[in-house]
Formats: sequence, structure tokens, C-alpha cells
Amino acid sequence: MTVESTAARTPRRAGSGGKRASAGASAGTKKSASTKKDVARGKGAAQGGEPELVQLLTPEGERVENATYDKYVADITPDDLRALYRDMVLTRRFDAEAVTLQRQGELGLWPSLLGQEAAQVGSGRATRADDYVFPTYREHGVAWCKGVDPTLLLGMFRGVNHGGWDPNTNGFQLYTIVIGSQTLHATGYAMGVAKDGADSAVIAYFGDGATSQGDVAESFTFSAVYNAPVVFFCQNNQWAISEPTEKQSRVPLYQRAQGYGFPGVRVDGNDVLACLAVTKWALERARAGEGPSLVEAFTYRMGAHTTSDDPTRYRRDEEREAWEAKDPILRLRAHLEAEGHADEGFFAELEAESETLGKRVRDVVRSMPDPEPMSIFENIYADGHALVDEERAQFDAYQASFVDAPVNAAAGGEVK
Amino acid sequence: MAVKKLPIAKAINESLRAALDADPKVLVMGEDVGKLGGVFRVTDGLQKDFGEDRVIDTPLAESGIVGTAIGLALRGYRPVVEIQFDGFVFPAYDQIVTQLAKMHARALGKIKVPVVIRIPYGGGIGAVEHHSESPESLFAHVAGLKVVTPSNSSDAYWMLQQAIQSDDPVIYFEPKRRYWDKGEVNTEAIPDPLHKARAVREGTDATLVAYGPMVKTCLEAAAAAEEEGKSLEVVDLRSISPLDFDTVQASVEKTGRLIVVHEAPTFFGSGAEIAARITERCFYHLEAPVLRVGGFHAPYPPARVEEDYLPGLDRVLDAVDRSLAY
Repeated sequence: MTVESTAARTPRRAGSGGKRASAGASAGTKKSASTKKDVARGKGAAQGGEPELVQLLTPEGERVENATYDKYVADITPDDLRALYRDMVLTRRFDAEAVTLQRQGELGLWPSLLGQEAAQVGSGRATRADDYVFPTYREHGVAWCKGVDPTLLLGMFRGVNHGGWDPNTNGFQLYTIVIGSQTLHATGYAMGVAKDGADSAVIAYFGDGATSQGDVAESFTFSAVYNAPVVFFCQNNQWAISEPTEKQSRVPLYQRAQGYGFPGVRVDGNDVLACLAVTKWALERARAGEGPSLVEAFTYRMGAHTTSDDPTRYRRDEEREAWEAKDPILRLRAHLEAEGHADEGFFAELEAESETLGKRVRDVVRSMPDPEPMSIFENIYADGHALVDEERAQFDAYQASFVDAPVNAAAGGEVK
Repeated sequence: MAVKKLPIAKAINESLRAALDADPKVLVMGEDVGKLGGVFRVTDGLQKDFGEDRVIDTPLAESGIVGTAIGLALRGYRPVVEIQFDGFVFPAYDQIVTQLAKMHARALGKIKVPVVIRIPYGGGIGAVEHHSESPESLFAHVAGLKVVTPSNSSDAYWMLQQAIQSDDPVIYFEPKRRYWDKGEVNTEAIPDPLHKARAVREGTDATLVAYGPMVKTCLEAAAAAEEEGKSLEVVDLRSISPLDFDTVQASVEKTGRLIVVHEAPTFFGSGAEIAARITERCFYHLEAPVLRVGGFHAPYPPARVEEDYLPGLDRVLDAVDRSLAY
């Protein structure tokens, strides 16, 4: 089985497109069953009408027209659609492998992106090679789109480094764990892009919880004041660990932008085409000197916050089931099949590619060496520091003082 | 010869001007640094000459200032950030500690974040709350940061030049109550290394170690002690992280006595670290325990009693007497 999520499994078991449609209908019922949250979430909506959701593909995979955003995907080809599908499937497969590796003790922790593939692949594929990404720690799909080898993302979760890839190779900054900090870095970077007179854009990722952080508010202020070419891409996956979005805001998140003087748009975060279109719009605005914008990708964290989390303590299965019916991968698959853009051969080939990826990830992780103890003293300063030198020498001498461990210490001692 | 007699504030201004002139990637940013020239006029005239694009009046948000400076540094700029007062740095403390200090290590050395953060610090100016603090230990405690503080005009000029040229983040503490003290600056000199301490007065009976605003106080104490027949050596640390223990050690091996003086509270202050390390390094040379003179474990007091809180000449000499009594 390529796709390990329940999201993928349920409808496949159900079989036909007709069942899928009925799953959608039942989701609708269930949605109204969980009204309490929706009401709270809709507070702003009650004042300003139902929040508008940009959608180009319905949960059933039906292409719907959108006068504003269609033009951003007007030239999309069946090849492109298959490529988006492939990105999402491989990202999910990679993510599932990482979860498994954590369960097997190979990783200390893993933040799964399950359910957010469309938001990440759609926005990631909207970027140009010279656009710079500032991620949180869950942007595995964006990393994939930017060409970062997925195995590089695993080092920090295995505990062999704190990041380790070169951000400038792919225009993909290191994962940022402190919530919201990177939005300011993105804004500063974008200010620099503007100073350079370049027409690149910058995109900052963050979640619904991060919108409560002062740094996110400050990044909105700075980017607005300096008209910085930055796109704020908020994946509202409904949960900040155990806290629902209504614990963060009483207005829909995209409406925050208005107060800062730039546009905000809510897009169906499980619709890869809509995420692609809206992000392209936002990036093009930035490139054209029109400044920042906020995209709220309305999606759902299908899994736990991380492998250490237990969502059964704070949310109900019904909610998750309702979102399963909106699964981003099944949606595009339905579209590809209905339009005749992909045959069984394509899906079979992709499944084989997924398995190959999973195996490669497994092999790479298992063979990742632990860092040398002396590496603790490396790269703390670019220009060196006397105390680091002193402590390195002391620790090296201490290590060498063990009769049974001279080889390791001697090797470490050569590390500058 | 380009020797000028400048107050410390003006020396910093000239240093910023020279840096802006020499490298188009250098930026000055902070609250009121542009048109106003900073609340202490340290950046006076810079925006006029280098433009709003390089001398940037920022929104009133310290975390935002440092956070965007990090982003600009990642883009290849060398931002010199001004935090208006010592007590205002804390909204930015998160960005400084969790991001600025650790990025180079996080990236295994693949990226550099050459940000300088200028902070006027210390008391003695009769200010309101949050305008007189000495938080240097809170930064020196963090690996990845360098912390320096000049005590005179020449160092103010050159240490800032060196801080801007450094590829590491540097916190540059400015002794605000000495801003208007004048001293000679030779802009064509070859400066001492940034992180080297300097014996600014030779002596044989005891060593006073100080930095920033307390160097002047210690020099005055040493002059007064001389009249009493005591010979005090004064070491200006200049750099708090890294800290030049070799120079301190050499002095203590000569005098056998050490008193560390700073405005910051002594509890977990830099004096505590110096006492511990110097005790380790020259235990057999010490004739007395290392003593500290500094602030109390109390919030910085209202201005009308700050002279009682701040180490002055008498408190320094009292400590000297106690040290010599062993």
C-alpha cells in the first residue's frame, strides 16, 4: 500500500466515485454535527459574511471556475497535474516512512504533514527557483518542491544535527522550531531582496497557532511598512497541538491582513490547484512591487501534532473523518481519472516509485552516523572564540584520559 | 594623521559613518535613528548622507528589528541595529538567543549572521525605570554571541569597526553615561584585537578589573589610592565574551589581589565568572579571595538613589581595603 493514511484508505475501500460523493455528503452532515467549533470559528464570518474559500477542485475532484484565480493555472497541462499528484503522493509516502521510523526508534520525533500535502505542494510549486522559503518544522512537502533531499530533513529529528542542509543551495531555510520567529527573517530577507532590486519573492510558512505570536504580528507590520516582497503562507490546520483555532483568534485568520493594509485570502488548503493559483497570485504581486499578502490555507492536520502527541485527548474522530472526505490526494486523483489524464500504469508506476523512496529513506536514516563528541565545539562562531577553544582542548584531554577510548579522542582532537 | 578629539558618542557616529562608507552592505537600523539621529544623537546626520534605504527608521518593535536584521544578514547585508535603551532589549531577547546566536551552528557553519546590536547601557544619567540597566551577563551566557563594550573614544570607534567586520553576531554595549567624555581617536591606527583586554594603569598591590563605564571609576579610584600609598593596576576588559583571562591572570599573578567592578548585579554577574576562573588559574598567587563590587540583587533603583546603588570610588576603595586586609 503506497499511502498509509486512513484518509487514503477509506474511500479506496469504498471503491467507486459514487461512494466518494456520498462520503462528501456524509462529511457535510458531520460538519453540521460539529457545529460548536464552526460557530466559534465563524464569529468573524457572522459579522462579515461566510468566509470566502478559494477552491478550484471540489472534494470530488470537479474543476470549478474562479474568475480571479483561474488565470494563474490557465496554462496547466495534464503533465503538470500528474506532477502535482506525484509530489503529493511521494511527500505523503516520505512522511509516513518518517512516522514509522520514529515508531521504530530511528527518529526521536516526527511532525507529520499528513493532510497538508496540497497546501505545501501547491504553494511550493508556485515558487520560482530564486524565491526563498522560510519554513516551520513541518514543511516537508515544500522542501520536496524546492529540491531538498528529504533525507536531509531527518537528521534533526534523529538527533544528529539541528538542521544541517545548506539553506542557500535550494533557497530553503532551516526548519525553525520556535513558533513564528522565521516570519521576521523572511521579512528581513525580503527587505534585502527589494534593496537589491531583484524580482525574487520570499514566502514564510507558519501555522494557525503562530498567528498569536508577536513576531508574526511584527512581521506583518514591518513587511507592510517597507512593502517587502513576502508572502505569508499560513497553514491553518485547525489545531495548535491541542488548541483549536478559536483559541487563537475570533476572526478568520486571513482577515488579519486587512488591519495591516495588505490583502488576505483564504484558500482551500486541500485543493492543490487552488493553493498553486493563489500562491502564484501572491508571489506575482510581491514581484511586481505590490508588497506582502497573507494566504490562509484552510486545511487539517490529519495526524498528531508530532509523534509525541495524542490527539484523542482533545479532538473527536468525527472531525477527522469529515476531513478525510476532503483528502487532497484523492481529490486530484478523482480529477485525473475523470478527465482521463492518468491511467492505471501511471498510478502503478508511482506506487513503485513511492516504495523505492521509502526504502531509500529507511536506508539513509539507519546508516546516519552519530556526530563525533568533539563536534559539539564546531561552528559555534564563524570567527572563533577563546572559551570554545579552551573548553574543546580540556574536553579533548579529558576524553584522552580514558585508557579504553584513546582512538576516538585522538580523532576528535584533530577537529579544529 | 587623522587624529581627532571626540566624545564617545561622536566616535561611534564616525565609526558608523566609516562603515557605511566602506561597505554598501552595511545598514543602520533602529527606532529614531534616522531623522532624529537617535535619542542620544549617536546616528546624527547618517540618514541625511546615506539615505533612508541604509539608515532605517524602524517600527517600534525590538523583536521585529532584530528579526528582520537576521533576515537582512541572511540576504548578505551587515545590519547594525540600535536598541534605544538597555531595558528595551528584552522583547528582542528571544530572537537574539534562539535565532541570532544559534543560526551559524544550526546550519553547521553554512550560513553567517553578521549582525551588530548596539545597546546604550548602564546608569548614572538620572533616568526613569528601564533606562539604566546592565544586562551584559544575560548575553555573555549565550554561546554564539560575542559581547564587547568600549570605555573610551578610541575603542568606541575601533571596536565598532571590528564588530561590523566580524562574521559573528556582536552585542556592542555603549557606556551611555560616558557618551560625552572626550578622547583621542586615530582613524588610521592599527587597533588592538577586538577581544583583547588592556591594562590601562600599571600597579603592584591589587588589580581592578572593569569595563565600559566603570573603567573611569576604577582609574579615579586608583589615583585616589595612590595618594594613600597603594599601587593599583587597572585592567579594561573591553570584551566580555570572549573574555581575555590571560591578561587578567598575568596581572593577578603580579599583584596577588583581584577586585572586579561592574554596574551589573554581582549575583551571577561577569565578576562571578572571573572570580571562579581566576581562582582556578592562579590559586597559589592569590593573597586574598577575589572580591566583587557591583549592583545589588535589586531592581535598578529610582534615580535619586542610584548613586548609592552604583559602584563609586569609595565602594571600590572599600573593596581594595578589604582585599589588602587579608
